[in-house]
Amino acid sequence: MADGRDLILRVEHLTMRFGGLVAVEDLSFDAYRGEITAIIGPNGAGKTTVFNCITGFYKPSEGRIALVHGDPSVLSGIDRLTMEGGQSLQAEGGALFLLERMPDFRVSQKARVARTFQNIRLFGGMTLLENLMVAQHNKLMVASGYTALALLGLGGYRGSEREALDKASYWLTRVGLIDRADEPAAGLSYGAQRRLEIARAMCTDPVLLCLDEPAAGLNPRESAELNELLLFIRREHDTSLLLIEHDMSVVMEISDHVVVLDYGRKISDGAPVEVRNDPNVIAAYLGVEESEVEEVVQEVVQEAAT
Amino acid sequence: MSTTDPVVAPAEPNPVLTALRDAALWAAITLLLTGPVVGLGTVASSGTYVFVQRWGLVLSMTAIVFVVRFLLMMTIWRDRAPGPRKVVADLPKSLEFLRELFIPVAVLLAFSYPFISVWLTGGMTTGRYWIDLGVLVLTYILLGWGLNIVVGLAGLLDLGYVAFYAVGAYTFALLSLNFDLSFWVCLPIAGVIAAMWGVLLGFPVLRLRGDYLAIVTLAFGEIIRLVLINWREFTQGASGINRIPRPGFFGLDFVPSGPASFAQFFGIPFSPVHRLIFFYYVTLVLAFVVLLVTIRLRRLPIGRAWEALREDEIACRSLGISVVNTKLTAFALGAMFGGFAGAVFAARQGYISPQDFTFLQSALVLAIVVLGGLGSNLGVVFSAIVLIGGVELLRNLGFLKQIFGPEFDPTTYRMLIFGLLMVVIMVWRPRGLISSRSPSVFLKEKKTVSAEMVHEGRG
Repeated sequence: MADGRDLILRVEHLTMRFGGLVAVEDLSFDAYRGEITAIIGPNGAGKTTVFNCITGFYKPSEGRIALVHGDPSVLSGIDRLTMEGGQSLQAEGGALFLLERMPDFRVSQKARVARTFQNIRLFGGMTLLENLMVAQHNKLMVASGYTALALLGLGGYRGSEREALDKASYWLTRVGLIDRADEPAAGLSYGAQRRLEIARAMCTDPVLLCLDEPAAGLNPRESAELNELLLFIRREHDTSLLLIEHDMSVVMEISDHVVVLDYGRKISDGAPVEVRNDPNVIAAYLGVEESEVEEVVQEVVQEAAT
Repeated sequence: MSTTDPVVAPAEPNPVLTALRDAALWAAITLLLTGPVVGLGTVASSGTYVFVQRWGLVLSMTAIVFVVRFLLMMTIWRDRAPGPRKVVADLPKSLEFLRELFIPVAVLLAFSYPFISVWLTGGMTTGRYWIDLGVLVLTYILLGWGLNIVVGLAGLLDLGYVAFYAVGAYTFALLSLNFDLSFWVCLPIAGVIAAMWGVLLGFPVLRLRGDYLAIVTLAFGEIIRLVLINWREFTQGASGINRIPRPGFFGLDFVPSGPASFAQFFGIPFSPVHRLIFFYYVTLVLAFVVLLVTIRLRRLPIGRAWEALREDEIACRSLGISVVNTKLTAFALGAMFGGFAGAVFAARQGYISPQDFTFLQSALVLAIVVLGGLGSNLGVVFSAIVLIGGVELLRNLGFLKQIFGPEFDPTTYRMLIFGLLMVVIMVWRPRGLISSRSPSVFLKEKKTVSAEMVHEGRG
């Protein structure tokens, strides 16, 4: 890119209709490698719908969602790929995926986009360790010779299982749950379940991690721990983050780039400071008429000054 | 209200009075239930039906319930605290070694069972009944373990499991009759063909969940049965297939005499029970193979994916797990084990007909899995012994005549007692006999997961 940032996700003209209801309308935005991109907006703005489109759970009515691995120059092939009806394009130094064409499990398996859910979805009856082992399913399936070899005790499955256990231990330590590794996930507190879900998503080795309201229901201390965890992921792993929040204060602290939605449309896009001062955003959050926006902005500025 | 007020304890009720009231209530319920069912009846007598009344029997049943309930209330249940009860107490430390011993003893018992029954009943012919019962229980254990993969692990409610049992049985019968293939060749083929039908059923029901899935699988079971009845040229229709060749023992046949006679070769007197004992071991070994494979699969990624699917399908998809492949392998493997059981059944019986594969069979196998505790292999063994063996033993309740009078025919109450047994077990242990889940992998210590945390699956 021109400003030295590598593109990882490009959403173009995304529209999602449910019957007559338009949840997302003509939304375009970019997300960059190594950044934390936040999608914010009031309740019902269409944030989760955007997530479901990116992760393959919904098929968008219109639009294109491109994900880049490695060198962003592969984007030059996007129009040809679209015309040819393909799902992905492998090139030297990178790969390109059209997420809107891929079934949900392939988005995670091939394009390596992981996600968490607004209402936590853990495997409650399985232990913490098992939850993280399930996340490494595809790698382990290959290692076990698609079950056949490992069933006969052939192949190097033991070694791969050891590696998978090490990775699970690493993430359990990271989220501070290693002492409870052999307990069922349903027995964890709410905050711990959120952290476990992030750990589970990270066990799939994602290039893009999508977090749906990770701070919802957390107390201030847990919220601070979460911010630290997300910053750690961005710093130490080759994973970019995309997160939904409707709590502005959390977003401002850790995100590099903010996209604001309201009624399914993008109303602002940029660095946190720019977005915070955008009159459209203030209006959407305070719920005032267009004509009153100027007034509100004045008030906010004055308040900030005092 | 001031805080210094003493808390007034509720008046302690008279325990005898409470017990009497409780026993009376139970006796009243018994009277109400047994009145129409037991008290009134028709008896066939020289071509016509005669209306009979058995109020004496009703009264003695009511009296027994009253007395037993009263005694229980006064003794064991005397200090029962209100609120949820801990159903099963942990073993005391001094008896902990019993748990370790249990599996080896059970395996030993399973392998020596035919000889024990011959020895205890004092002869081959008298032991026959018990060995036959053993084969029957083992067949249901095999079926239960197969269905356990589909229902217990993957959480897919399958009401048509008997279809795969039928496919296995007919595959063996038709292959051995038409192509003269031996049992040992047909067994894997029966498994593979049943697995193919499992996949065939799996495809259309991939998108269905819960009750809808159950209905479609139920229909599938019926379709297979109706095809078996109506495709006369192929399956010989409702009259069934007769004279299915019996497998031999490494080239030796179970015949009275001749060069290839089992009895003559080993120099022992001939007995038709030898064949039955042989079948007992064939079924037992097959059951152990199935068990070992299942235990192993549970610790492999595919087994964990089945359980994850039962817990949360959407989360599975978000982790890159192909729900299609995972569900189909569960259906295929469960069906394969059902196919094995079917082939063994056909070989043992020598005669099969569509009547052997009715919905009742599916329901029975499902009852075994549910009563045993979803996902528990040991639970299936217990519930198969109780439901198949126990109910079979109810045929031998002649001694009840001494309590209820000579006119009492216990065999007519067999299914009533069977139903009662199921209700009692489900009240006593709502999540099955063995409801806790054992993790497939652990870091430091293997802790079982209590049933409350485990999902039953709606897939």
